[in-house]
Amino acid sequence: MSNADIQRRNFLKTTLGAAAVAIAPGMLLFEAAQAKSDGADSKVRWGMLIDTALCKEGCNDCVNACSRENGWKNNNLPTDPQWMRKINIKDISSGREISLPMMCQHCAHPPCVDVCPTAASFKRADGIVLVDKHRCIGCRYCMMACPYKARSFVHEPLHDQNPDVPRGKGTVESCTLCVHRIDQGQQPACTEACTNQAILFGNLNDPESAIAKKILSVASVQVRADLQLNPGIRYQGL
Amino acid sequence: MRLLRNLFVVLGMLVLCGQAAQAAESMPKIDIGKGGQCVRDPQWMRKNHMHLLIHQRDETLRKGIRDDQISLKNCIECHASTKDDSVIARDDSFCVACHKYEAVKIDCFECHSGIRKSAWLKNQREGK
Amino acid sequence: MPSLSSLHFKNRLFYVLLAAGGLVALAGLYAVHMMESHGHIISGMNNQIVWGIPHVFAIFLIVAASGVLNVASIGSVFGKAIYKARAPLASLLSIAMLAGGLTVLMLDLGRPDRIIVAATNYNLTSVFAWNVVLYSGMFSLVVLYLWTMMEQRMNPWNKPAGLAVFAWRFILTTGTGLIFAFLTARQAYGSAVLPPMFIVLSFAWGLAVFHVVQANIYAWNEKQLDPAIMNRKKNLLGVFVIGSLYMVAVYHLTNLYFSHRVGFEHFILRDGGIYTNLFWWGYVLLGNLVPLALIYLPGLGKGKCVMLASLLVIFGAFALLYVFIIGGQAYPLDIFPGYEVHSSFGDGQIASYTPSIYEFLLGFGGLAIAFIITTVSVRVLNFMPQDKAYIAD
Repeated sequence: MSNADIQRRNFLKTTLGAAAVAIAPGMLLFEAAQAKSDGADSKVRWGMLIDTALCKEGCNDCVNACSRENGWKNNNLPTDPQWMRKINIKDISSGREISLPMMCQHCAHPPCVDVCPTAASFKRADGIVLVDKHRCIGCRYCMMACPYKARSFVHEPLHDQNPDVPRGKGTVESCTLCVHRIDQGQQPACTEACTNQAILFGNLNDPESAIAKKILSVASVQVRADLQLNPGIRYQGL
Repeated sequence: MRLLRNLFVVLGMLVLCGQAAQAAESMPKIDIGKGGQCVRDPQWMRKNHMHLLIHQRDETLRKGIRDDQISLKNCIECHASTKDDSVIARDDSFCVACHKYEAVKIDCFECHSGIRKSAWLKNQREGK
Repeated sequence: MPSLSSLHFKNRLFYVLLAAGGLVALAGLYAVHMMESHGHIISGMNNQIVWGIPHVFAIFLIVAASGVLNVASIGSVFGKAIYKARAPLASLLSIAMLAGGLTVLMLDLGRPDRIIVAATNYNLTSVFAWNVVLYSGMFSLVVLYLWTMMEQRMNPWNKPAGLAVFAWRFILTTGTGLIFAFLTARQAYGSAVLPPMFIVLSFAWGLAVFHVVQANIYAWNEKQLDPAIMNRKKNLLGVFVIGSLYMVAVYHLTNLYFSHRVGFEHFILRDGGIYTNLFWWGYVLLGNLVPLALIYLPGLGKGKCVMLASLLVIFGAFALLYVFIIGGQAYPLDIFPGYEVHSSFGDGQIASYTPSIYEFLLGFGGLAIAFIITTVSVRVLNFMPQDKAYIAD
């Protein structure tokens, strides 16, 4: 046996010796925990109300903020990810033009979650739809199923990801509603960046929240409401 | 019989001592960054860090339970090298040194950043 | 009795064929390696066309793998002797094509290294997850079925095994159709016609593959297929081709009936460029009308004609799948019905797709795997159909 082999065995021996201790890591965690949040609350439903009257054509502030925050770059190739994009739409009959941001609509009944073979696509208790990249095998079925074309596939190896926003080659990704910011009590990056204040973010389930109050008083719609997916993103003036 | 068994025990101990002496010479040289003890003692962590990480990753991602102390980000915060702020940049970086020695592939950094958030922010500002 | 020199020649030819198949399979693995290290950027697929050439090959192989079992079912379930004699070969082809198709599908994943994740995490609402069960179940059932045919002591179990395979492959092809049928948001898919359409398509494609392989095996063994048998099987192919053309017509006609899908149908049937051409010239003309003529026109319908007809049906299958899978994604999603739409993400525009060499290598690699499995098995085991004197039943 070579020298290196023996050393490795020895190292392994000490390493494996007490692996049994870790049979119940959850219990061990309990005592180790200090600054620990309670996690996503099922009484909460995060959502947005986007006022298309305040959203200006040609303004890309929200998209740029999203790109900066989450570290994706769009160089206008069809293989580049776009977690968020501005869409300009024109009513064919009346000619009325509207500009609006489009991203994951965080459906209550998300088709991406239904079709994902490994349950990598999932909905958090507070309504945020995410991709568990530890489980995503990159089959792209969710991209086929999403009615909003909200998802992107990472076509290239990545470097220098934001430590708060892990992303990697061969997996599917989309708007996370800036879950890492929400969990720290902050607003999503796009909401904060919108100088026209067209994006209102909040808890749809809390009758006292600004967003719930506004939805009560103004007309708002969900995109492709005919599909009955009940998205958490609503649009005003569409 | 008994004599034979004792002989084996003695022989075994001799071999083990010899190995330990050899091993001490060429154990992996690790840049432990700031180091120090935070969750558990180093030997416990060596054996169990993966269980903590995999447990916490599911808690954090799927349930939103964020535990600052045992998050991967927090591990990197202390253990990234003081020279290049990374746990994976060099052969003796904190994660790489051991994993190379044990020939265990690390999958974390396909997606996760291996550098301190503060350093990442600085890099972003400087446009690196 | 073949001469010694011809045996030598054949022996050598076998290894040459095997080497050729191996090389193509290796080229496929090379493509996988490249896609693994560079990412899917080197394929022609993108965020609009998320499934490309590999899926065309994979779905052809899987659908044909189910359809080829028709030959076995007619024998085992409906008790027709000439089909029963061909059941072992049909089962072998099914296993070979299923293996080839699944390999392509698996190796095209973004993270093929995580295949164990797919095997350990099931999402019960996902058609893909159902299909994982359906495919592996089919595999084992067909192996069992083969066993009941090739091991004499197991013969009494042949009928129940045949029935199980018969039922399973219907469900399997239904599952393949459902992958698309459940995509309600896309104009091209989300139709209940798709599962039955895929079942009928599988009959035609499977039988065509069977004809091609059977003709080669007979030629290799210097035997002549009884013309009466040939005649029956070519008529069956004709019926299947007519049936599949009918189902494809129904699919497009129902789409044309819904006004919100008319735009998509106009794209495929009239304005789609490559997709329109492939559909009319590739699928309808070369893949259906010409084979039907070769089968039914007086004076035609002999060995060579049936062989050519089968090859054309296979070509038509690829043409149709290209139009269905890639054309179906190229047409933009209708996120805002009634609006003209523009964005940086290709909203409202026909997506463009140029398949890359790596995708073709991967696809042909899958075909090569099916080829190798078939060639080796036919050589080491007895899959040659053993016909008794032909009596019509």
